[in-house]
Amino acid sequence: MLDRKTLEARVSQRFPSVVIGDESGDLALTVGRMHLVELAAWLRDEPELNFKFLNNLCGVDFLGREPRFEVVVHLTSIPNQMRIALHVGVPENDPTVPTLTRLFPTANYQERETYDMFGIIFTGHPGLERILMPEDWMGYPQRKDHPLGYEEVAFTHNEDWIYANKPFAKE
Amino acid sequence: MVMQAQQYPEIEIPTPSQIAETANLGPDEEGENRMVLSMGPQHPSTHGVLRLAVELSGETVVNLAPDVGYLHTGIEKTMETKTYTKSIVLTDRIDYLAPMSNNMAYVSAVEKLMQIEVPERAQVLRVLLLEMTRLNSHLVWLGTHALDLAAMSVFLYALREREYILDIFEMLTGARMMTSYFRVGGLAWDIPKDFIPTVEQFLDYFPPHIDEYEDLLTSNPLWRERTVGVGVVSDEDAVALGLTGANLRASGVNWDLRKAMPYSGYETYDFDVPVLYNGDIYDRYLCRLQEMRESVKIMRQALARLKDLAGGPFITDNRKVAPPPKTEITYSMESLIHHFKLWTEGFRPARGSAYMGIESPRGEFGCYVVSDGTPKPWRVHFRAPSFINLQALPHMAKGKLVADLVAMIASLDPVLGEVDR
Repeated sequence: MLDRKTLEARVSQRFPSVVIGDESGDLALTVGRMHLVELAAWLRDEPELNFKFLNNLCGVDFLGREPRFEVVVHLTSIPNQMRIALHVGVPENDPTVPTLTRLFPTANYQERETYDMFGIIFTGHPGLERILMPEDWMGYPQRKDHPLGYEEVAFTHNEDWIYANKPFAKE
Repeated sequence: MVMQAQQYPEIEIPTPSQIAETANLGPDEEGENRMVLSMGPQHPSTHGVLRLAVELSGETVVNLAPDVGYLHTGIEKTMETKTYTKSIVLTDRIDYLAPMSNNMAYVSAVEKLMQIEVPERAQVLRVLLLEMTRLNSHLVWLGTHALDLAAMSVFLYALREREYILDIFEMLTGARMMTSYFRVGGLAWDIPKDFIPTVEQFLDYFPPHIDEYEDLLTSNPLWRERTVGVGVVSDEDAVALGLTGANLRASGVNWDLRKAMPYSGYETYDFDVPVLYNGDIYDRYLCRLQEMRESVKIMRQALARLKDLAGGPFITDNRKVAPPPKTEITYSMESLIHHFKLWTEGFRPARGSAYMGIESPRGEFGCYVVSDGTPKPWRVHFRAPSFINLQALPHMAKGKLVADLVAMIASLDPVLGEVDR
């Protein structure tokens, strides 16, 4: 069975640019966008590592920090009973990350959700569309600068004004 | 690139608009009419508000895409504006059939983030309640699954036993479904004195009824005809699709977080994880029924331990996260301050993040919490098993009949509140 020390050593040997950290007891690897697919494929296909199961993929908006966004991926190795986290920084002016759907089909919906909520574009995704929000929704609701405030009820007399001011309805 | 060769090209998960764009309409080679059928969102067999865009050729499914989001309530965004304790009530509403599992995932993610020790009695009680929740959820699954395949009476029997569990929840928490009983560091309050005898009675009453369901369905030829060999997912595809819970174990993958990454002391209980190998609807059914028997086994052990630990604490004595007992406030100034600080401001976990996955009735229910050092979480994300399991539906249903589609949805056991969050 793989232990954490061995995995850390193997990762730093194979990917010197990856920063090894800790996330409340789990191994966390901070990786650049250009190495993400390569690292994930290596973790999945290396026989002793066997990280074949993608638990979770989500976005985080660190407004005011550079890079602003982060995509967090959790992978599990079923034979080794081990979970690791991959953190990928995404800048605001170019919010793109290569897709993991070719390696892990289960990333499909989770990448769509992250796109829907944060506007992070997963390049090469087979159908990057909104999934939870309505198709005509404007803006990305889980970004920190998207207002949480209420939305005025649309009546005939104010309908045009409301739709003209979307998504930034009055707080 | 190197890794292109090892992708899974056979698994496609289309979107509803892709179905509408790419569908071939008009008669096919055999003269059957082709069409795109919008099934749902108001359809009795979709277990909530799920819409399926189904491309049909006669009665055969050519392609399909689930369309979700009708129940989206922005729970993750709302939690960012509430303190850690106030957020707990929102987690109940994610998967409304298994509120305790949701509580547990969120609360234990915060505990992992803050490295809080939970007293043993609280852990035992949590295990007991989590297993009772599993029974509750599986009973609704069994009833509705059978109802979808036109077996009416199973529904009545299953809901009768579920009522018993809901009564126990009501006795314990005051609410039948939205229990909100877990707290960071333990539980909200102590058990009432009738609790242990009632659960004991339930454990005597319930197991024979599992045999009753089995009598009705397991060797029933109509049931077998609709389920054996239908909706098959191979083990490799199940892992690639991210299936978890009974859906994964019915495909022959022995993966249960209670065994693999134990939490709340599950490693000290004696129970088996049922694994079956055909990956069809029938095996998922058998797997969940067997899980119910195992849950009863765990509950018996937990109840015995609970009796031994009578009078112990139900929440941690770390006053920075858990409020002091009311009586202490009358004589201790420090307790009064803690109480005041907790209810006006809440506690502040250190900067950082934590992912915690638990084995909910539907699969791996994960919670990812990011803290920025303030009393409100910076980000909470839920890995909802129903949402991810639903991706397997197009893969299962291609080339099968529409009538089987209903059985496949039911066997994945989605709860649409959890899909949309």
